[in-house]
Order: sequence, then structure tokens, then C-alpha cells
Amino acid sequence: MSKFRKGKKRTIQAISTSSLPDIVFMLLFFFMVTTVMREVEMKVEIVGVSSNQIKKLEDKSLVSYIYIGKPMNKKIYGTLPRIQLNDVYAEPEQIRDFIAGKREQVSEYQRDKMTVSLKIDKNTEMGIVTDVKQELRKVNALKINYSAFEGDPIKSLSK
Amino acid sequence: MARRELQEINSGSMADIAFLLLLFFIVSATMYTDMGLVRKLPAMPDENTVQEEVNVKARNVFVILVNRNNQLLVEGQHMNIRDLRAAAKEFIANPNDNIDMPAKEMINIKYFGKIAVTKKHVISLQSDRGTSYEMYIAVQNELAAAYNELRNELAIQKFGMKYPEMEKNKHYKDQCDAINEIYPMQISEAEPKNTGV
Repeated sequence: MSKFRKGKKRTIQAISTSSLPDIVFMLLFFFMVTTVMREVEMKVEIVGVSSNQIKKLEDKSLVSYIYIGKPMNKKIYGTLPRIQLNDVYAEPEQIRDFIAGKREQVSEYQRDKMTVSLKIDKNTEMGIVTDVKQELRKVNALKINYSAFEGDPIKSLSK
Repeated sequence: MARRELQEINSGSMADIAFLLLLFFIVSATMYTDMGLVRKLPAMPDENTVQEEVNVKARNVFVILVNRNNQLLVEGQHMNIRDLRAAAKEFIANPNDNIDMPAKEMINIKYFGKIAVTKKHVISLQSDRGTSYEMYIAVQNELAAAYNELRNELAIQKFGMKYPEMEKNKHYKDQCDAINEIYPMQISEAEPKNTGV
């Protein structure tokens, strides 16, 4: 029996941490691959709308975002809904340049697949939304997406 | 002079550096994918060309007006949004060959053969400048639901499969196209009008 028991007393071995960097790097690469950088800093308040017929947008690099909602800083900018393009407030006329700029970043054969995603606060009036849509039609950016969350729109309407 | 031995770089802090990078990415990135209702806007008519009056028969058009108080007027009738889906479905499919509903045309479609389709129907959605966006999306949602339910019913009846599942599967692309041809989504988001109170 005691054949196997050598004289040394067993001590608790410390777990080797030499592979820790590898594990962390794996996590890091996972995050780098699966995520996309936050696009912009929000300057308008947006409470999204809900819909139960939504579909996923396919290619993120082909999507440009237009935000419409009340300004965050109401003391300076008032409470009328504003349009946000990239990081700044904009007027509807500026959408033309915004879309032109986005088009330049995309290779030519993919341009017809570009989508404009409209993220709009639910209490916005349709007037400003229509202005934006008209501008988009003028620059021939016809594929749009009304961004929404999964949910029942009628239920949230009655609230 | 004694030769200096090449010292190995201490890699003990490697983990810390990687952790920092990892934290940076977690904080600055979003996993969120955008979802929503995809629509196609009509092309802007050319200013130089004379605009042709598009003559659409009244029976082929399903007019939905939303006023600034978020009330619906569908084909001249006041309607609750809860009833809109069923009304739209009946209009699009016209199952009873109603004279007030869109005319059917016999066309040849793959997998289905000759079939009567309400090819020329249009759903015209007109909103006031004061309509709330939430209401507008709710209406859009109901219309999309009407189309999706009809397509789903047809898919189950013909192919024994749910339409969303067929859409996800690339092998069923032709079948999906055939279904879409029978129930083509034709929603016209008309230019804004002040529809009044």
C-alpha cells in the first residue's frame, strides 16, 4: 500500500495563471468581431415605437441613421422636435449632403442596397417625418426602415 | 566583459493589458442590431416630364386617412385601429369577389398555375402633419400584419409551412416570390395633406 505514498507531504498547488492572457484575448476577439462601435452620441430624446411585424436589417455597414426627437437640452434648444445627423442637429435640407457623404463611403455596386433607418420618437408629429421623407425621395434614397422594437403597437397606443 | 544574458520580457502583465482592451470594447460597443419596418419610398417624379394622371379605379384603392387626433377614416368610414387588420385583409384578398373591392386578374404563377390575383390593388395611407408617429407606425404595422397573415395562410395551405420560416430558408426563395406575387405589398404613402380636424 505505502508503495505509492512517497515521503513528501502534499501541498495545495496554485492554479497556473499563465493561460489567463490567452483566455482574455479570446474574449476580446469575440467582442471585437460581434459588436459594432456606438455610432453617435445622442442629442435627441427618443422613445422608440413598437411593432410586431419587424424584420432585421441585414448589413449594418450599409445603414445610415437619422434621428428625430426632442432635444436633450431643452433650455438651450427648446422642445420642438429636431433632426440629428451624425453628431449634430440638422435641417431637412442637410439630408442631401448627409446621404451624398454616406454614398461615397460605400462601393458602387452596393449603393442600391443602402438603407436609411429612421429612429423617431413616438410623440413626434408626422410633419417633420414627412419633410425628411420628401428630402430622401429627392436624393433618391428610397429604401427606408422605420426602426421599432418588438411589441404590440396597439397596446402601447392606448396608454 | 561578461556577456549579458538576453532577458525575457515579463509577460505577467499581459493579462491586465488584455483586460483593459476588453473592457474598452465592452463599453464602447453595442450588440444591438437594428430592427424595423422596411419600406420603399416612391421615386420623386421628374419635374421636366409632364406627369401622367394615373388612373386608378376607385374599387382598387383602399383609402386610409389618419387625422391629427389620431383617428382613422377608412374608405369613408370611421374605424377603430383594432378592426383595420381584418378590413385590410378582406380588401387585399377579396375572397367574395365583392364589386367594391379590387378587381381580380388571372395570371400565371409558378407553383400555383393560373390564379386570380388582385394585382392592381393599392392601399393609400394618408396622414396629417399633426398625426403622431406612434399612430402612423401602428397603422403601418397593421397593414404589414394583414399582408403577412395572408401570405402565411397561403404558405400553410400550399406548402404546409409557415411563411416566416420559408423566408428564412434560402431553398424556398422561389416559393416565397410566388406568394409575394399573389399578395404584393402595395402601400402608397401619399404626400402629406392637412386633412383637417
